Amino acid sequence: MARAVTSMTRFNITALALGLAFLYLPIVILVIYSFNASRLVTVWGGWSLRWYVEFFNDRAMMEAAWMSLLVAGLSATLATVLGTLAAIGLARGERFRGRTLFSGMLYSPLVMPEVISGLSLLLLFVALNAERGFWTVTVAHTTLTMCFVTVVVQSRLTSLDRSLEEAAMDLGCDPVRAFLLVTLPLILPAIIAGWMLAFTLSLDDVVIASFTTGPGSATLPIRIYSEVRLGVKPEINAICTLMIALITVLIVAASLASRISSAQGESGAPL
Amino acid sequence: MPLLRIEGVAKAFGNFRAVDRLSLDIRAGEFFALLGPSGCGKTTLLRMLAGFETPDEGRILLGGKDIAQALPHERPVNMMFQNYALFPHLSVRDNIAFGLRRAGMARGDIATRVDEMVALVKLDGMEKRKPDQLSGGQRQRVALARSLARRPQVLLLDEPLAALDKKLREGTQAELMELQRRLGTTFIIVTHDQEEAMTMASRIGVMDAGRLRQVATPRNLYEAPSSRWIAEFVGDINLFSGEITSRENNRLKVATRGAGTLVVSELWPPVSNDVVNVAIRPEKVKLSRRAPASEEGGSQAINRLDGVVTDVNYLGGVTTYKVKLESGAMVRSSVANTARLDIDAYLAGQRVVAWFTSDDCLVLEQ
Repeated sequence: MARAVTSMTRFNITALALGLAFLYLPIVILVIYSFNASRLVTVWGGWSLRWYVEFFNDRAMMEAAWMSLLVAGLSATLATVLGTLAAIGLARGERFRGRTLFSGMLYSPLVMPEVISGLSLLLLFVALNAERGFWTVTVAHTTLTMCFVTVVVQSRLTSLDRSLEEAAMDLGCDPVRAFLLVTLPLILPAIIAGWMLAFTLSLDDVVIASFTTGPGSATLPIRIYSEVRLGVKPEINAICTLMIALITVLIVAASLASRISSAQGESGAPL
Repeated sequence: MPLLRIEGVAKAFGNFRAVDRLSLDIRAGEFFALLGPSGCGKTTLLRMLAGFETPDEGRILLGGKDIAQALPHERPVNMMFQNYALFPHLSVRDNIAFGLRRAGMARGDIATRVDEMVALVKLDGMEKRKPDQLSGGQRQRVALARSLARRPQVLLLDEPLAALDKKLREGTQAELMELQRRLGTTFIIVTHDQEEAMTMASRIGVMDAGRLRQVATPRNLYEAPSSRWIAEFVGDINLFSGEITSRENNRLKVATRGAGTLVVSELWPPVSNDVVNVAIRPEKVKLSRRAPASEEGGSQAINRLDGVVTDVNYLGGVTTYKVKLESGAMVRSSVANTARLDIDAYLAGQRVVAWFTSDDCLVLEQ
C-alpha cells in the first residue's frame, strides 16, 4: 500500500506534470517574454534586459511600485499588530459572551467577496468624507489582511502550552513581562509569517485598491491594469516577473517561518 | 504557628465546587502530599497556593501573611509543573537562571547559584543544551532545579513523576526525598499515585470532592483510616457490614452478614453507632489448611472463616488469593512468597481456613 502511494508510477508523473503545467505554464511564458528583445509582445526577438531598463526609467511605473511597497509594508505592519492582539484576545482571554461571534466576525474578510469589502469601504470613506489616496488604501488593506495574521498567530498560540506563561509568572514575571520574555519569542515565527502573508496579499490586490484609492496614488497592480487596457507593453512582463520573484521569496520565507514555528511546538526547539 | 495555614478556602468554577471550605496547616520543612482521585480539587488547591487561581473565600497565610490575593510573582513560592513547562527557546542554564534574573540578582551570584543547582540535580555538562535535547528524566531535573533556584519557602510539585517510567520514578522518588531533607524546604506534592505519596510524604492529606477526608502519616492512613471511603481508597481491604451485638473488655462482637460473628478489638475513638463495617487488609488475612490453634494469636481472639480458594494470582513478591466463604462472601488474602518453592501455595478449589486476629480488624462506621 505505502509503496504504491510513494513510488512514482508513470501515471503519477504524468498527472503531476499536467497539473504543474496548467498552473505554471502561463507564468513561465510571461517570465520568458519579459526577456524578449522585440517590441511586439507575441513575437520572439531574442534575449534582452531592455524592458527591465525601460521599467526602471518609467517614472510613473516606479512611483506606483514604490507606492505599492509602501502601502503593503505599512498595512502589513498595522495588520500584524492588530491581528496579533486579536489572536491573543481570542486565544488567551477569559471566555466572554459572544466570543464565538467575535471570532466569526474577525474571519469574515476571509470569505467575503472582495468586491463587497471594497464597496463597503468606499461607502465608509465617502461617508467619513475622507480624501481617497494612500491612507485609505492602507486602511482598507489592513482590514483585509488582519484576519490572515490572526489565523496564523492564533493557531500558534493555541498550540502553545499555557503553563509556559504560568511558569514565567511563577518565576517572578508580571503578566506583561511573561508575555514579552516567553510567549512573544515563541510565537514570533508565526507573527513574521503573518506579516509576510499580509504584505503579499496587499501587494497583489487590485479589487479593494481600485475602490479605495484616489487620483495620483495608484498602486502597481492598478497601474498595470490600466496600462494593459491600452495594450500590453513588454515592459509589463518585466514588472510582473519582478513581482512574481518578490512574492515567491516572501511566500517561501513565510512557509519556512511557520514550519519553524510548528516544529518548535512539537519538539520545543527554536530550529 | 505553622509555615502555611489554609483557612476555609473555597473555589468554584461555575456551579462546580472544586475546593470546598478547606482548612489545612503545613509545618516548615514538611514533605506533604495531597492525594486524591482526579477531579477532587487537589490541583486547584495547589494552583491557589501558587497564585494561578484566586480563592473565592478564605485565607492563605504564609508565615502569618495573607497571600490569597497576591499574584504569582509576588509569592515566595515556586512550582514544578507536571509537564515541566521548560522554556523551549532557552538553554538549560538560562532556564535555571530565569527566575534569578527576574529577582534582580547580580550576574556573578546568578552564575554561582546556577552552578550550584546544576550540581544539585546532577546535570553537569548539560548547561548549554536546549530542552528538546534532553531525555525525560533530565528535563524533570531541569524543572526541579529551576523551581528551587529562587530558594522558595514552599515548593509546589504537581504530579512531578507522572511522566517518567516506573524504574526511573522509583529512583527519582528517593532523590527528591534526599533533596528535601538536605535543603529543608517545605515540599507540597500533588499526586494521584498512593504508593508515591506513601513513599515520599511525611504526611498525606486525602482529598475528595473538594474537601480533605483525612490528614495523617502514611502509616496511620493505611492502618487507621478514619472512614470506609479512605479505607477503600488507600490500598485494598475486605469489608463486612454488620451490627454490634456485645461490647466487653474492649472487645466488640459484630454479627456480620457475610462472615458470621467476628471479634474485634475496639479502637479509639469508640464507635457510637451499632451498625458498622468490619474491615481487614488482605495481607493480615492468613490462610491455613486446618484451623490454627488458638495460641497463634497470642492473647488476641482469632476469627476463623472456612472457605474454598477460587482465584490465585501470583505477583512475584506476593500471591493474592480469593476465598469464597460458605455464605457466598469473598475474602481476599495476600501472602508473601517467602520461599522460592511453592510448598506453601494453595490451589484453586482447595478448602482453606482464612483467619485473622481481633487487633488486625478495623471497625468503621458506614
